[in-house]
Amino acid sequence: MIPPPPVPRATGAPGFSASRFRAEREADWIAFDRLLTRLEKKGAKGLSSEELLQLPILYRATLSSLSIARATSLDKALLDHLEALSIRGYFLVYGVRESRWARLRRFFLYDWPAAVRAVWKETIVIALIILLGALTSYSLVSSNPEWYYNFVDEGMSSGRDPRASAEYLQSTLGHGKEAAGKGESGLHIFATYLFTHNSRVSILSFALGFAFGVPTMMLEFYQGIGLGAMMAVFAGKGLGFDFGGWLFIHGTTELFAAALSGAAGLRIGTAVVFPGARGRLEAAAAAGRTAGKVMVGVLLMLLAAGLLEGFGRQLITDTMLRYAIGSLMLLLWLAYYYIPRRGDAA
Amino acid sequence: MTAASAHAKARAARAKKTRQFVTPEGIDLELRIAGAGMRCGALIIDLFLILAVLVLFTLFMLWVGIASQSDLTVVVWMLGAFVLRNFWFIGFELGARAATPGKRLMGIRVVARDGGRLTADAVVARNLIRELELFLPLMMLGAGVAEDSVSGWIILAGVLWSLTLSLFLLFNRDRMRMGDLIAGTWVVMAERAKLNADMATQADEEGIAFTDAELGVYGIFELQELERVLRHRDPRAMREVADTIRAKIGRPVAEEDDVFLLSYYRQLKARLERGLLFGKRREDKYASD
Repeated sequence: MIPPPPVPRATGAPGFSASRFRAEREADWIAFDRLLTRLEKKGAKGLSSEELLQLPILYRATLSSLSIARATSLDKALLDHLEALSIRGYFLVYGVRESRWARLRRFFLYDWPAAVRAVWKETIVIALIILLGALTSYSLVSSNPEWYYNFVDEGMSSGRDPRASAEYLQSTLGHGKEAAGKGESGLHIFATYLFTHNSRVSILSFALGFAFGVPTMMLEFYQGIGLGAMMAVFAGKGLGFDFGGWLFIHGTTELFAAALSGAAGLRIGTAVVFPGARGRLEAAAAAGRTAGKVMVGVLLMLLAAGLLEGFGRQLITDTMLRYAIGSLMLLLWLAYYYIPRRGDAA
Repeated sequence: MTAASAHAKARAARAKKTRQFVTPEGIDLELRIAGAGMRCGALIIDLFLILAVLVLFTLFMLWVGIASQSDLTVVVWMLGAFVLRNFWFIGFELGARAATPGKRLMGIRVVARDGGRLTADAVVARNLIRELELFLPLMMLGAGVAEDSVSGWIILAGVLWSLTLSLFLLFNRDRMRMGDLIAGTWVVMAERAKLNADMATQADEEGIAFTDAELGVYGIFELQELERVLRHRDPRAMREVADTIRAKIGRPVAEEDDVFLLSYYRQLKARLERGLLFGKRREDKYASD
C-alpha cells in the first residue's frame, strides 16, 4: 500500500523559503559590506591581498543573491539592501583600475599631449580668429587712434592709450603695471591674481563652447582685439619691438593656453552640430572628455604663464632676453604636444 | 478603480525614473535617476559648505597674516579660494564614492552613462561647465546693472537665455545638466540601506492562523506597506492598519495589534512568496489572485 503524499499545510514552510535563503547567504553580504566600507575609506591599500581576492567572489555572490531575491523574496528591506550593496560594489569593483600615481603619470606622459593633438584643427581655427581680431583692431587703431577707446576700457589700459607720451609708455614696459605690483614684494600677489583671472576667462571660453562654439569664437576674437589695439598704440610711438618683448615673455604661453581653451570649447560645439556617425549625445560626451583633459592642461599652462608674467616679466627687463624666454617656452610647449612618442596608445 | 489606476500610475512613474544598467554579469542594477529636487538640495548644501570653509580659511589666513606680517598669506588665500571654488566638486567626485558631501547627504552619486568607469576628464568637464551654469545668469544681471546703456529688455532676454542653460536639467528625462551632457555622466540614487532583521524568521506557531481566503485579499504592494509600518513601530499607524485589515477580513479585535499584524504579515508573505515560486506575481490587491 502506497502511503498518501504529505499534504502541504496552507501556511507551512515550503522546501525553499526566503528566510532560509537569507540565513544561508547573509554572512557573505555582511562580509562584502565590510570590505566595501574599508575600500571606500582607505582604498585598495586598506585590504590584504587575500581580501582583495575575496572581493570579486563576494561581489558575484551578492549579485547572484540579488537576482534570486528579486525572483523569490518580498522582503522590501532585504531587496533594498541587496540592490544598494550591488550598486556600491559594482562601481568599486569596476571603477578602480589604477593607482592615482599611475593615472597622474599617464596623464602627463600621454593623455594631455594626445588630447591637445586631437584638437589641432580647432586650435588653428581659434589661433586664426585671435590673429584676425588683432589685425582688425591694429589696422583700425593705426589709421584712426579714436578707435582705441571702443576696444579697450579705461580701467584695463590704465593710461596706456594714444594720448600718452612715448616716455610714459616706455615706463610701463619697464616694470609692469604700477597699480598692481607695488615694488617687488607685490609680484607674487600680482602673479596669483593674473592666474586666477585668466583661468576664469578660459574656463568660460571652454564652457561657452556647447552653444555651437559661437560665443567661444566671439570671446577669442575679443581677446585678439584688445591685443591688436594695444599693439597699435605702442607701434605708433615706435615702441613696437619693446612691447613685443614685454608681451612675448608670457604671451606665448598665455595665448597658447587661451587658444587651447577656445579649441576645447569649439570641439564640443562642433561635436554637437556635426555629430557624424554617432548620436549627438555620444558625440558630445566623447568631445567633452577630450576637452576636459585639454582644460586641465590649460589651467597648468596658465599657472606657468602667471608665474612668467608676475615674476619673469617684472624682473627681466632686457627685451632680447624676454624674446628668448618667450620663444623657448613656445618651443617647449610645441615639442611637448606635437612630437609623437613611443607607447602612445591614444 | 481610481485607487487602482493611481497605483498603476505610481508604478509607471517609478519605472520612468529607472534605467536599465546591465552589469557584465548580466544583472540589471535598475539605477534610478536622481530627481531635480535632490540635485538642487545637494548643490545648496555644497555651496554652504564651501562658504563655511572659505570663511574659516579667510579668518585663519587673516590671523596668520597679522601674526607674520607677510603678504605671502594673500597669495595663499587667493590660490586657496581658487582651488576651493573649482576643485571642491572635482576632488570629491574623483573619490571612491563619486559624490560631494552634499550629494552623499542626499544619497546620490555620479556615474558614467555608458556604464564604464567614471574618468577624471569626465569629472573635470562636468564641473567646469558648472561655472557657467551657476554664474552666467548672475553675470548677465551684473553686466546689465553696470551698463546703463543696455535696455531692461535686453537684460531680461540675456538672463532668460542663460537660465535655459542653467535649468537644462528640467527639460530632459534623464535630469542631465549641461555638464552631464558634455561629460557623458548621470546622477543616480545611491542610498545605503541597512540590512534589517528578517521579520519572518521566528516561528509563527504562537500567532493566529489565517485562512487562505483571509490572506487572499492583499497583494505585494500592501504586504510591503505593512512591512514598512511594522518596521517603524508607530503605535498609532499600527492601530489604524490593524483595524483596516480586521474590518476587511471580518475579524473581531481579539489580540494585541502588533501580534496580529506580525502574524498576518508572516503568513501573507509566505503565501505570496509561494506564488512567486510558481511564477505568479500579484502586484497589489486589485490584481486577480
